[in-house]
Amino acid sequence: MELAISLILIFMILGALYALHAKDLLSAVIACGIVGYGLVICFLLLKAPDLAIVQIVVETITLVIMVAVVLDSTKEEKFLKPDNQGFINIVTAAVFMVVIFYFLRLAAVNMPGLGEGSLRMAKYYIEGAADKTGSANLVTGVVFDFRGYDTLGEGTVLVTAVLGVLTILRIKGKK
Amino acid sequence: MKGMTLIVKKTTQLIAGIVFLYGIYVIIHGHLTPGGGFAGGVIVAGSFILLILANGSDFLNLTKEETGITIIENMSIMIVLLIALAGMIIGTRVFFHNWLPKGDVGELISAGVIPLYNIFIGFEVAASMLTIFLALVIFKEEITK
Repeated sequence: MELAISLILIFMILGALYALHAKDLLSAVIACGIVGYGLVICFLLLKAPDLAIVQIVVETITLVIMVAVVLDSTKEEKFLKPDNQGFINIVTAAVFMVVIFYFLRLAAVNMPGLGEGSLRMAKYYIEGAADKTGSANLVTGVVFDFRGYDTLGEGTVLVTAVLGVLTILRIKGKK
Repeated sequence: MKGMTLIVKKTTQLIAGIVFLYGIYVIIHGHLTPGGGFAGGVIVAGSFILLILANGSDFLNLTKEETGITIIENMSIMIVLLIALAGMIIGTRVFFHNWLPKGDVGELISAGVIPLYNIFIGFEVAASMLTIFLALVIFKEEITK
């Protein structure tokens, strides 16, 4: 299973790289879809159907909206000549990549292997969650009972996002 | 935005209702089977987006200001907050306390207030996804006019 997940991850990285370098914006959007649907297959392989359903639906809707937007606007991406600012950006990105990989390596040693055991907090959630929350689906029990504040935050983020979109897209003022 | 051909229009009119019902099913059975408010809400929004994309923006008279759907969105997140606040009045006085009787695990009506949270979060997600889509469509209509 680790081999399959690694193959899908490589495929996703290739899709993301293609999306960066594609000339046509429509093919870039579709290449972004590779990342999302690859993630869906990863979730299914790791036995997380809840996440897979959310991911596949959200991915489809966003892909449809992005394609509809791209079809109604210019398909060509503007070419910008790299200058000194771009050089500084590349150096900063490389330094950050090295630093992040170093600390990731330090942290990965202490984590349990794929599929072996679970973290201390997760163990408390799994044991007797059905009795504590009364919900047969463990994920819903965690999302709406143990981690209720998280869900409230997610809902608030959605409301804020909609307010931002409505503010930006409003041309005529309210009369 | 213009509509598509007659075949696409008829097929979406047949399918959209089933997609809508499936979204409602996913929301209501959120505490029993995989899924829940977030997934079901996006499916419900998807059925409307399907209809609008296939039939064009004249189908639902979209050029008016769409304020009803934003009101639904804000009301449902407020109801979620009120249900959570009710836990501070009833029972052990904790925010997000499960204050309804829990019932048997696996029944449709069980798990206390968790199905209520699911339903209102589903409303909220559906309304917000649809609001973003409608804002884009109305923006396009206003630009081309």
